[in-house]
Amino acid sequence: MIHSLFLISNAGDLFLEKHWKSVISRSVCDYFFEAREKAVEPDNVPPVIRTPHHYLINIYREKIFFVSVIQTEVPPLFVIEFLHRVAETFQDYFGECSETTIKDNVVIVYELLEEMLDNGFPLATESNILKELIRPPTILRSMVNTITGSSNVGETLPTGQLSTIPWRRAGVKYTSNEAYFDVVEEIDAILDKSGTAVFAEIQGVIDACVKLSGMPDLTLSFMNPRLLDDVSFHPCVRYKRWESERVISFIPPDGNFQLMSYHISAQNLVAIPVYVKQNISFFETGSSGRLDITVGPKQTMGKTLECLVVTVHMPKVVLSANLSATQGTYNYDPVTKILVWDIGKLNPQKLPNLKGSLSLQSGAPKPEENPSLNIDLKIQQLAISGLKVNRLDVYGEKYKPFKGVKYVTKAGKFQVRT
Amino acid sequence: LKVINCCVWDPSGEIFELKAELNSDKKEKKKEAVKKVIASMTVGKDVSALFPDVVNCMQTDNLELKKLVYLYLMNYAKSQPDMAIMAVNTFVKDCEDPNPLIRALAVRTMGCIRVDKITEYLCEPLRKCLKDEDPYVRKTAAVCVAKLHDINAQLVEDQGFLDTLKDLISDSNPMVVANAVAALSEIAESHPNSNLLDLNPQTINKLLTALNECTEWGQIFILDCLANYMPCDDRESQSICERVTPRLSHANSAVVLSAVKVLMKFMEMLPKDLDYYGTLLKKLAPPLVTLLSAEAELQYVALRNINLIVQKRPEILKHEMKVFFVKYNDPIYVKLEKLDIMIRLASQANIAQVLAELKEYATEVDVDFVRKAVRAIGRCAIKVEQSAERCVSTLLDLIQTKVNYVVQEAIVVIKDIFRKYPNKYESVIATLCENLDSLDEPEARAAMIWIVGEYAERIDNADELLESFLEGFHDESAQVQLQLLTAIVKLFLKKPTETQELVQQVLSLATQDSDNPDLRDRGYIYWRLLSTDPVAAKEVVLAEKPLISEETDLIEPTLLEELICHIGTLASVYHKPPSAFVEGSRGVQHKRLPARMGAGLGVAPAAMPASLGGAPAVGGGLGDLFDLGGGVGMPTGSYVAPKTVWLLAIKAKGLEISGTFARRGGIIQMDLSLTNKAMSVMTDFAVQFNRNSFGLAPAGPMQVLTPLSPNQTIDVSLPLSMSGPVMKMEPLNNLQVAVKNNIDVFYFSCQYPLSLLFVEDGRFYRQVFLATWKDIPNDSEAQFQIKDIHLNSDVASNKLQGSNIFTIAKRTVEGQDMLYQSIKLTNGIWVLAEMRIQTGNPNYTKTNGFRDCMQKQMYDSTSVVRFSSK
Repeated sequence: MIHSLFLISNAGDLFLEKHWKSVISRSVCDYFFEAREKAVEPDNVPPVIRTPHHYLINIYREKIFFVSVIQTEVPPLFVIEFLHRVAETFQDYFGECSETTIKDNVVIVYELLEEMLDNGFPLATESNILKELIRPPTILRSMVNTITGSSNVGETLPTGQLSTIPWRRAGVKYTSNEAYFDVVEEIDAILDKSGTAVFAEIQGVIDACVKLSGMPDLTLSFMNPRLLDDVSFHPCVRYKRWESERVISFIPPDGNFQLMSYHISAQNLVAIPVYVKQNISFFETGSSGRLDITVGPKQTMGKTLECLVVTVHMPKVVLSANLSATQGTYNYDPVTKILVWDIGKLNPQKLPNLKGSLSLQSGAPKPEENPSLNIDLKIQQLAISGLKVNRLDVYGEKYKPFKGVKYVTKAGKFQVRT
Repeated sequence: LKVINCCVWDPSGEIFELKAELNSDKKEKKKEAVKKVIASMTVGKDVSALFPDVVNCMQTDNLELKKLVYLYLMNYAKSQPDMAIMAVNTFVKDCEDPNPLIRALAVRTMGCIRVDKITEYLCEPLRKCLKDEDPYVRKTAAVCVAKLHDINAQLVEDQGFLDTLKDLISDSNPMVVANAVAALSEIAESHPNSNLLDLNPQTINKLLTALNECTEWGQIFILDCLANYMPCDDRESQSICERVTPRLSHANSAVVLSAVKVLMKFMEMLPKDLDYYGTLLKKLAPPLVTLLSAEAELQYVALRNINLIVQKRPEILKHEMKVFFVKYNDPIYVKLEKLDIMIRLASQANIAQVLAELKEYATEVDVDFVRKAVRAIGRCAIKVEQSAERCVSTLLDLIQTKVNYVVQEAIVVIKDIFRKYPNKYESVIATLCENLDSLDEPEARAAMIWIVGEYAERIDNADELLESFLEGFHDESAQVQLQLLTAIVKLFLKKPTETQELVQQVLSLATQDSDNPDLRDRGYIYWRLLSTDPVAAKEVVLAEKPLISEETDLIEPTLLEELICHIGTLASVYHKPPSAFVEGSRGVQHKRLPARMGAGLGVAPAAMPASLGGAPAVGGGLGDLFDLGGGVGMPTGSYVAPKTVWLLAIKAKGLEISGTFARRGGIIQMDLSLTNKAMSVMTDFAVQFNRNSFGLAPAGPMQVLTPLSPNQTIDVSLPLSMSGPVMKMEPLNNLQVAVKNNIDVFYFSCQYPLSLLFVEDGRFYRQVFLATWKDIPNDSEAQFQIKDIHLNSDVASNKLQGSNIFTIAKRTVEGQDMLYQSIKLTNGIWVLAEMRIQTGNPNYTKTNGFRDCMQKQMYDSTSVVRFSSK
């Protein structure tokens, strides 16, 4: 199972190590550093690295490499999922998962890692249970602790850890009971030069914030559950009822969690809310080029496009851009070669346009690769797939909770080829 | 609370200070001090000097302080084993604490202290904790057994902890079950042959129940364990599949992939016409697609596995091509994998889409990726014949871009396309030649030279082109040198008059000035060929080349089967069997997919390897028919050759097969002796034949009723029928056989005596014999001489009759006995023979006439019928 964990900063600084079995010398990370150097970009470091005696499985999150060492045959996905869980737990506990916060909270980090894995076997990875075992640091609590001399560590057996609903602790109490759901859909798409979708799909998630007392049993139903044929559920969801009745029945964890994720790939269901007319060309001589981009609304179901941002990855030889935007601001970073045009809200009456010239390194040949555009956008109060929640019922408890559903659509990996 | 200060760590001063704080009377101060110690330890500073002081803090009621001290102990006990003993008492006491949390914590920590002396003290508390009333303690103790086993395996066995652990599989709490399975799996990895995880329908049922209720990690352990089980029949297999399928919708991708593994393995047993089989296939696609929308690292592992799944069952994802389209911000390792899968899924139906994508990729930034994309276009051309023309024109478009590495890759793949479709696309050669100067990579240069040499007769200035390469001959890599040598020799053979000088030059460069032995040898061979026999040289060098196969990088089927059993593991990421690389797994057992029920062997006969080594000598000549070894006496039946070894034990994992053929009472029988030379029992034997010349096929299943224990031999007679599919074999009497047992499927080939096929009613009408004999055209006749046979004509005739060779007439001419004989084969062919026996001369002469000259053709190619004459 998982033998050791090393945390390495983007700069190559190994700042934390944890061993769950015998101690493995940190020199094993040299193989990682070698791969890291070879990959150039941190994102391109291969997730599984083979060394003569160990395997290094790593993820890159928030500018930190989480490098785990394994010695025997362990499913790599198991390790990667666990590392994600570690990163999420840090995020949850410290508000952000960065080198500084981890160093600031090193004892809690150590205690957490000790609770999460025993001899390499996952022990407690549910945030609910962990929070019962080790309380997250807050300014208030550390003050209280210093005054009263009490500690961060829970004194009781975590109640959820052994029940058949390990995700929920017992005896939850709220004065106002509320259950909110966010339906968030991201459109992943590749559009070709002419604007036709080569590939488009929707990645949806339903995030929940449930603060209900006792042991509520919830049922969430949809107006159009047929849309969902490819779903992944939080362990709390009763799969059998979904299979037979297409409703989501569950006893929720306490607080924030992701209830389900889904995937819609049927082309006719994926609406493309935006179109882009673009022309980026380079001249054979004169070391210059021209850029002209216009963005307009397509299938928006009557909603407004917000937070519209166009990002262009320019070829390496592009030195600067002299452009003018009819709306929003643009910025070209000559180091990363990324042009960002922040448009904001889209006004369908007056389409935003960015136009001007690009100057290239003098004497450089016409670039070989085509730059590609990335679109970011947001549509409030709309799930682009048309998914709609019908109702939420609470069983097992007597109170009437506040309920609410919010919809939002975003661009995921939304790419336009030139 | 900030525990790391930015100040410089001053060992002596700081440690001194901490020591004082640790020994403070104030609880709070003590705790803060331990925290500081832990903080220093975490960042790799050596605080082992504080060991006794920290251990002193262990006896406390404060849970957090206790935990911190435990953390410290786990880290430093190894370096301070004598000191660690001091902690033992507290541990033993804590294991009896009324609070289960403390009991569990103590047993957990004790297992992490990897000091021999401590492990001795651990046994008793551990035994108690394994039977603790609180499941939380039991599940912690289960893992502790695995820890202890890692430190001292013998101790664990001696203390009987393994049995206790096995009992925990039937525990009432699902978490305990999951942890017991996890611990047993880990222990089993270092004991490949022990029967630790003895799975039977009862335990499987327990595991499936626990599967629904335990944590996601527990589900992974249980699923991986289930995958090792062999269901008894297809119904059990289906019921397991049904109970595992809901796991495909789990949010944890490792659970999903482990479930996929179980399903991929068990669906192998389901009959393909079952409705459920189709349903299951449909259910597998969405979760696999979903894995691709996860984080890049997860995608990578998923893609490596999908690569295997696509090779095993292409039907699952054949409609999902689009999800493998590459996004420009995918990490390079994901891009390359997606590309690979795209080619595997490419078919006539989607090739236009694929090509458009590949062309798009060829203009990307990443050079490695662009190269692979260009190669992929070539692979599509070779895989999907209908698309070849489009691929070639796409490649030409790419060559026009003049981007150096694109051009070079394009030329390399065009060479392969020429090999696959000769004389079809040579019109593009002119375009290729234009780019000759820009080629600087050996592979591309070699490919271009090959093209020039191969099509020298169509390229007017081929000699000039090749000459230009010759100038820097010694600076070229070996690959290019070899190719250049061959190309110039080809050119010379095609245009001898103009290129004599050139060929001289290259031969002397290769043989005299090179120190590469390969090059020198090849040079000498060409030189001798050309100087001794130019015609032969032409036949050798310009011989027609075999076409290249469609897919060059498919994983070999047996390895693929094994890898399918290892879906989700490191083996599946590296596409190598675990035995090839996992350290510490001593002699990993090879896993196999189960065979489909009722279908006999899981292999199609046509897929049998064609070249089977070790075929024994032909046992069917006439010499054998005379039973020379047998000496005197009238034969009572046809001749039966002694058994020969057909399958060597070393080639068949311990199974040795020897055998022979016999014809008894008109029934052809294959007599086999099966010997088990392996260490384990063999069961589930089955046999199947490849198509053969006379349609021989087993008339019934092979009857091996009892399992074959080690060193045991059993004899089996397998009746054969002639109703199997017919395909001409080389030699004619060759028979390819597949034998299956519980371990594997093995192949061998053997040759049956042709006399096996002589039927009992093969006596020709005496009246028409002569007329028929005369009707047989001369070219349907063959003569053989049989030497060293000391039998008179009557004895010979009798012996032959035993093998259904009938003597129709006999006459004596000039001291020679002439025997006229007839034979009928199972497929109705008549053979007439004349045998001349000179009394006192041990050499017989035999003339055979085939009544049906169509059939004669068939026998021409064989050397098997060794009857005949002068």
